[in-house]
Amino acid sequence: MTASSTKKFGSLLKSSSPLPGFRLSLGFTVTYLTAVVLIPLAAILLRAVHNGREAFWSAITSPRVEASYKVTLTSAVAAALLSALIGMLIAWVLARYRFPGKRFVDALIDLPFALPTAVAGIALTSLYSEHGWIGKHLEPHHIHIAFTQLGIILAMTFVGLPFVVRSVQPVLAEIDTSIEEAARSLGARPWHVITRILIPVSLPALVTGTALAFARGVGEYGSVIFIAGNMPMKTEIASLLIVTKLEEYDYEGAAAIAVAMLALSCVVMLGLNLLQWRLQRREGKRA
Amino acid sequence: MNLFRRFNSKIASTLVHPGRSFLILLTLAVIFVFLILPLLVVFTEAFAQGWKVYKSAILQPDTVAALHLTLLVVSIAVPLNVLFGIAASWAITRFDFHGKNLLLTLIDIPLAVSPVVAGMMYVEVFGLHGWLGDWLSLHNLHVIYAVPGIVLATVFVTFPFVARELIPFMQAQGSDEEIAAVALGARGFSIFWRVTLPNIKWALLYGTILAAARSVGEFGAVSVVSGHVRGRTTTLPLQVEMLYNEYSFTEAFAVASLLTLAAVFTLAIKTFIEITTERRADRNVSGEDR
Repeated sequence: MTASSTKKFGSLLKSSSPLPGFRLSLGFTVTYLTAVVLIPLAAILLRAVHNGREAFWSAITSPRVEASYKVTLTSAVAAALLSALIGMLIAWVLARYRFPGKRFVDALIDLPFALPTAVAGIALTSLYSEHGWIGKHLEPHHIHIAFTQLGIILAMTFVGLPFVVRSVQPVLAEIDTSIEEAARSLGARPWHVITRILIPVSLPALVTGTALAFARGVGEYGSVIFIAGNMPMKTEIASLLIVTKLEEYDYEGAAAIAVAMLALSCVVMLGLNLLQWRLQRREGKRA
Repeated sequence: MNLFRRFNSKIASTLVHPGRSFLILLTLAVIFVFLILPLLVVFTEAFAQGWKVYKSAILQPDTVAALHLTLLVVSIAVPLNVLFGIAASWAITRFDFHGKNLLLTLIDIPLAVSPVVAGMMYVEVFGLHGWLGDWLSLHNLHVIYAVPGIVLATVFVTFPFVARELIPFMQAQGSDEEIAAVALGARGFSIFWRVTLPNIKWALLYGTILAAARSVGEFGAVSVVSGHVRGRTTTLPLQVEMLYNEYSFTEAFAVASLLTLAAVFTLAIKTFIEITTERRADRNVSGEDR
């Protein structure tokens, strides 16, 4: 590192600190961040606009690409809502009740984080295909999950569920049970306790968890491709289309889809940050 | 006496929560179908043709090579991100500087990026048509469709894991102890080794384990940069995919069972750390009460 850049780093400090290592730690952090994240990010953005705006636009609006967005987004929305519903139930039970095996259940919630997505993919496919443990009971009712969009939703729900549980669980555990008891003793019905106390208090966490589950679903690849069937126009997700385009050496096309997906995840993350910022401000006003 | 109290509290909780048993049973049923059955099916399918087939599947040369590659990738990617996590959290939690919020946001980028897109980014930099493509091929260096690309893709997807565990933890802890150490004449790295590290060791271990688990199992990003050369650029998850796509289901599940064991092991260590730190926190609280 040159002398001038070290000086620049020093002047970044807002207040002086007796602790050593500012330049070294920040220098390493920024250099590593630039090499690993920022340069590759710039590369893909430049590639997408390389052939001009029109080529980019036609690449992301071809019928097959549009169909893949539709499948990806509708599945991710459905999966996020399903995760929210199931996640809320699990978070509630884990935060409030004591029962044998609770520690085990609590640890198991993180399984979708820890289990490699390819393993989750083949396991779910095996369970829900027509001869599978679950699939064979659905077959007589003409319900097909594997190789349909339902399979995509199922896989996305599997990977999204922990986000909801881990966001909501600490908030529910913090709510003082005496508030609910007071409400009940004053004659509030259970339904009112839920709609007037529990949902308003846990809503920000629930929204955050659901949005994270949605974002994960949109980008999910490994657990989906085995169970999806991958029929163009029907069950082909956007991530898979990127891989297909890369295999056909269509780098511009792949980059265009990738940038469209990046833009979507940026919007989700930005929305989340705004939401949290607003809630923090509201909390600050109240206090 | 104890029995009486337990009985009493049971009644109290049923009074407050009428649907208690129903909700617990429903949750257990959901967990069984949703999380336990997938685990069970992996092992059932893996042993469907008996122990012998299982053993020969996991001792196949390609699978052993994939295991070695996976371990190699983990042993490079995880230490790099541990180093980054420590540096980033030291800078962010111990100093007040301009652009800190921007830095925090940038660190989170890999969490928001789809793994396939992440892999593709490196193709754009190091691939044949990428920025450094000409230079690399001139010097006969291979990154994409080779081991370095797999390492880079893994580094990217696990990039924020350690930093995200350490930053809130070190923020909460404050820098009083380190400042005291400086006042007592400690210098540079000895402050970190003697004061900071003992305090953050559990959070650090926690983040490291999350990063390691993800490194072992990463599929999308690695799949884009790997090229799927059997025995050379296939990690364990890719080996599962290749076997599965060739309809060698038993073999695919046998390899998958190794990864599943690793995942279960990860969860066990994670729970162990959580229990240890909770106990410690309880002890600290009761100590302060006295």
